[in-house]
Amino acid sequence: MSGPSTYEPKTGFTRWLDTRLPIVRMANDSAIDFPTPKNLNYWWTFGGILAVCLVIQIVTGIVLAMHYVASTAGAFNSVERIMRDVEFGWLIRNIHATGASMFFIAVYIHMFRGLYYGSYKSPREVLWILGCLIYGLMMATAFMGYVLPWGQMSYHGAGVITNIIGGIPLVGPVIKTYLVGGPAVGNQTLNRFFSLHYLLPFIIAGVVMLHIWALHVPGNNNPTGVSVKDVKKDTVPFHPYYTVKDGFAIIVFLIVFAVFVFYYPNALGHADNSIEANPLVTPSHIVPEWYLLPFYAILRAFNFNIGPIEAKTLGIFAMFGSIIILFLVSWLDTSKVRSMRYRPTARWFFLFFVASAVGLGFCGANNPDDLIFKFKPDQLALTYVEGGQQKTEIFDDFNAASAKKAQLAAIPDSIPSIAISSSGFKWVWLAQALTAYYFIYFLFLLPVLGVIEKPKPRPASIADSVRKKHGKSAAPAPVAGAAPQHAE
Amino acid sequence: MSEPGSKAATADAAHAGETRRDFIHIAAATVAAGGVAAVAWPFVQQLAPAADTRALSSAEVDISKVEEGGEIRVLIGGLPFFIRHRTAEQIARARKDDTAPMIDPETDDSRLRPMQDGKLNPAILVTSGVCTHLGCVPVGPSQGTVGEFGGWYCPCHGSNYDISGRIRKGPAPKNLPIPNYEYVSATTIKITL
Repeated sequence: MSGPSTYEPKTGFTRWLDTRLPIVRMANDSAIDFPTPKNLNYWWTFGGILAVCLVIQIVTGIVLAMHYVASTAGAFNSVERIMRDVEFGWLIRNIHATGASMFFIAVYIHMFRGLYYGSYKSPREVLWILGCLIYGLMMATAFMGYVLPWGQMSYHGAGVITNIIGGIPLVGPVIKTYLVGGPAVGNQTLNRFFSLHYLLPFIIAGVVMLHIWALHVPGNNNPTGVSVKDVKKDTVPFHPYYTVKDGFAIIVFLIVFAVFVFYYPNALGHADNSIEANPLVTPSHIVPEWYLLPFYAILRAFNFNIGPIEAKTLGIFAMFGSIIILFLVSWLDTSKVRSMRYRPTARWFFLFFVASAVGLGFCGANNPDDLIFKFKPDQLALTYVEGGQQKTEIFDDFNAASAKKAQLAAIPDSIPSIAISSSGFKWVWLAQALTAYYFIYFLFLLPVLGVIEKPKPRPASIADSVRKKHGKSAAPAPVAGAAPQHAE
Repeated sequence: MSEPGSKAATADAAHAGETRRDFIHIAAATVAAGGVAAVAWPFVQQLAPAADTRALSSAEVDISKVEEGGEIRVLIGGLPFFIRHRTAEQIARARKDDTAPMIDPETDDSRLRPMQDGKLNPAILVTSGVCTHLGCVPVGPSQGTVGEFGGWYCPCHGSNYDISGRIRKGPAPKNLPIPNYEYVSATTIKITL
């Protein structure tokens, strides 16, 4: 809702400044008088919460960098020193580590908010794309930050991720060499990751400025998805209405944040990262941080080849594709109706999409071949070689199996062995189903539903929807505060 | 400007609207782009492995110190390698298994490298220490388990390698690769990445 500025400098100094650097005018127009739809709900507070998260990460990060040593010999010990010896180091590091998780919780809610209310649709495409860009930068920053403590999960997680990048056809190996700076993740990798981990948050801050700028041109979307028609009736000034609402939400969010920092500082991390990195010992189950798990699940869902394309390459394409697809959603969704409130069919598919995204997170956390549930009780599988062929026989009873094994052991070269054989529903099958739905949602449902779905009637205006909600009929609701004039 | 109707005038017409300033613009932009590329190159290339990192990409290992039936593990540039001193019995088993069913068939001899005299040294097996499934480091005799086939066992997803480093059971698709190495003396090998 950018329009003519309503700011009038009151003092001599602000009048003098306004003709030289109109910074007070800019602050006033974008955070005080900015006309904001009067019906924004609490899902809209996550933008402000995310700004707070970024500031917390930058402030705590700068402090941690004063004590951290970026070398394979010193990194792990310097983090332990921060936790034990540096005054309040434990607090600042716990805030920084927990803060990363909080940042991602908030950004996921913010993104689902945008997807539900159609905030990516015209005229907010650039705003949405800038948001996707911030999300990508956040993932890169978080991944590199997780490597810095140089624990077992840091080291081997970095190995897995850089191997994924190395698996990109043609350019992968070159990118990997330039990223890692040697044959394997090592001191040189740690140093450059530290440098980039320090840099990227400031790039994020820059893109956030653009994101806010792009927000302030068309103005906020709102739960009805109906555009502002009359600034006087449909909007209220940002201050005090939304400074207070956002402020309240930020306080509630910080309470949850503090509960994690003070009571469960390790709940969102991984125990293996408390062991110093050892290239010769691999943790038995390498997993990324929780916020990257859905993409890890998509990567591993491809355990089959399609034609000449290998499973590993497919997984890499699918994983990067699942993020790239977000950039294109403005054009994939063909519906003219923004808010899913008025899209009776799409709404259910959306809710299932949220469930499948969360479900993919659980798939990513579990070993793909582990069972979610069993079809029947465990059996014993006796494997042996006969006539150059590997054969398997299933037994219910251990005595029968071991009798047969003893029999086979007498035959040379049969190499009999007994293992537990379970049959059940594997995590990887769930991951495959949910991965399929993830892509179907964006590539089939959103384009098609926009054409075939019959939306429900939308309110004539934001003011109208608010009046209906509060049971008032004809009389226009009084607009409190100094709403700015209608800008055309 | 040329005489009307002359050859030069026709050429001028074909290039109507172009001025000498266009040339200056193109030339200036080209020089600027070249300058940017020339400055960018060092800033990109600094990310590549440095000379000292490259220098550490090979190592000489004294194999006489490896106990019979035992194994040592060396890290070269951060990558692990296994050097196994096999017993006569293990060598016999590896050779006998040449004809057994395999995921990635290879003979034991093809996984050895000749000594300086041109003969193979079946007692010493050198392999990469990276599981071909997802890059974990398999465990061996020093870690207490050698798996079902007497070689290595990967604790991540249960791949079993035999005493020749060949994948016999489990999700790994390939045998443990044999690195680039050569005998520089009867008791020393040089492994190069």
